Amino acid sequence: MKRVVIVLVALLLAAHQDYWAWDRIEPLAFGFMPIGLTWHVGISIAAAIVWALAVHYCWPADVVVVAPLPGAARSERPEL
Amino acid sequence: MTAFWIILAYLVVLLALGFASNRFAKKTQEDYFLASRGVGPFMLLMSLFGTTMTAFAMVGSSAEASQTGIGVYGMMASASGIVHAMCFFIVGVKLWAHGKRFGYLTQIEFFRDRFESSGIGLVLFPILVAMIFPYLLTGVLGLGSCITGVTQGAFPSAFASTNGAVPPWLSEGIIVGVVLIYVFVGGVRSTLWVNTFQNALFLTLGVAAMFVIADRLGGFDNATRMAVENKPSLLKRTLDPKDRPAYEASVARYEAALEKWQEAKAGPPPRRPAAPGLGKLEFLSYLLIPLSVATFPHLFQYYLTARNAKAFRMSVIGHPICVLILWMPCVLLGVWAATAVVDGRPVVPPDTNPNQILAMAIKNLTGPVMGGLMAASILATNSLDAQFLVLGNMFTNDIVTHYLGRKRFTERQLLALGRAFVVGVVAVTYVVSLAEPRAVFRMGIWCFTGFTSLFPVTIAALYWRRATKWGAYASIVAGGATWYGFFHASGFGSVEHYTVWGMLPVAPVTLASTIALVLVSIVTRPPRPSTVERFFGKPAHAQ
Repeated sequence: MKRVVIVLVALLLAAHQDYWAWDRIEPLAFGFMPIGLTWHVGISIAAAIVWALAVHYCWPADVVVVAPLPGAARSERPEL
Repeated sequence: MTAFWIILAYLVVLLALGFASNRFAKKTQEDYFLASRGVGPFMLLMSLFGTTMTAFAMVGSSAEASQTGIGVYGMMASASGIVHAMCFFIVGVKLWAHGKRFGYLTQIEFFRDRFESSGIGLVLFPILVAMIFPYLLTGVLGLGSCITGVTQGAFPSAFASTNGAVPPWLSEGIIVGVVLIYVFVGGVRSTLWVNTFQNALFLTLGVAAMFVIADRLGGFDNATRMAVENKPSLLKRTLDPKDRPAYEASVARYEAALEKWQEAKAGPPPRRPAAPGLGKLEFLSYLLIPLSVATFPHLFQYYLTARNAKAFRMSVIGHPICVLILWMPCVLLGVWAATAVVDGRPVVPPDTNPNQILAMAIKNLTGPVMGGLMAASILATNSLDAQFLVLGNMFTNDIVTHYLGRKRFTERQLLALGRAFVVGVVAVTYVVSLAEPRAVFRMGIWCFTGFTSLFPVTIAALYWRRATKWGAYASIVAGGATWYGFFHASGFGSVEHYTVWGMLPVAPVTLASTIALVLVSIVTRPPRPSTVERFFGKPAHAQ
């Protein structure tokens, strides 16, 4: 699944370069949003979905339990 | 006057939050700077989002959209949705884990340990402070412009020279003063509380302003129709043939004004009209700008406040949506404000300072209450508080106690030293802001470029065992030197749309710092095995 997420992120970055819409205003989504804006709003929504997949399937194992090393915690230092 | 009182009430709320948060303080360094590492998912999302979306987002996006069009959303917002979330995921979570394990309070403490070099702090500290400086400046300039824009005509006798508006020197002074007070009183906890309140405010009001203004302009369709008729270039990313004569005439006027200015050298130089449209390579290189969030010292500090790694999940997923909710209204409002005509008159006069376009459109199209609320929400988009706090943190921990020793100072003395340093930096920022009214967007881009130059060294510190101290030094110096070279060549940010081979300077700057890091790391002695094991664990074959 990690590879799928990497491919999806790469696709997002590729889709971000919407050169095909460079010189276009229409179609106007909902009658007021030019295509160049609509496409990128869609990319924002797609980004949230891709990162949700990343969080679900690719969460790093070494950060699940993290304990401070002895003496490292700042709370053991003097008060202000 | 109504707008002014609403802004004043908003500032009082911020102070109240600062003092209220102080009641929960534990009076330890870890609590003052990191809220005892106990921040949950929602507050972390609000803090990370609020800190990445400054005056640059609200004032700068609408200003840039009014000049170059809807392309600004793709340049900054959708790019940020992808890249910021990636940085929280691959950098923020790892840094949090190292911070929790080894008790770090600052970015420089981590780099010193990872690269086995005390001296790296001496190189990084001035660079980080110097790069935060223009960021602070964009915040102060953006907020000052906003208050000046919405208070036009409020005090005709007191401020006649600014058409009755609160002048920037006063508005900027008040804002900076209020932020300093609540940061000094409540530490990071006050900035977390304030950020959460502010984000709720500006996410709501940004959308509300879009609906109210669209209604005043005859509906969403009609607002966009006026843009199509009056300046279609703003709805795409090329110069529309219909806009060419007007653009060429404005360039001719600029050249004539420049000639006159060069003879007399009196007053500020004329501003070159921005060319509508966007280069494709330039657009591509904008993807590198959001990498800067992996290296901002004030974001590093917020990463360390997280209760656990899971707290980052909401930020990774929710950030692109929050960016969408903030930026889409701002970009549309910028385009509509620049092109709308009501009763035969433009909503915003054509020669208006772009930084004031959003505030003026709101003031002219809505009532004073909406104007005041909107101004308050624009004021909310600042990360001055986090920047002030991290400056004090870095100065006391990375410089004073690191070089002079903790035992020479009481904790109260350290706090006072940190605050004095912050006040000094803020005072310089304030004075420069009065003398340098440059475009918020352009200043922000230069600042982010500098921070992005540190991205390769940050990623290498976290993921490349072979990255060495000298590789890190070479990367920092190469990135800093190329950044300064391009900044100098652009007239210190005064050249609009400054590009290198058609791309933003961030591309060659990042390339230079990456090449220096890799080449020098390969030819120098690897880090000690104990250091590698400390940060990466034992190699698989040794387990």
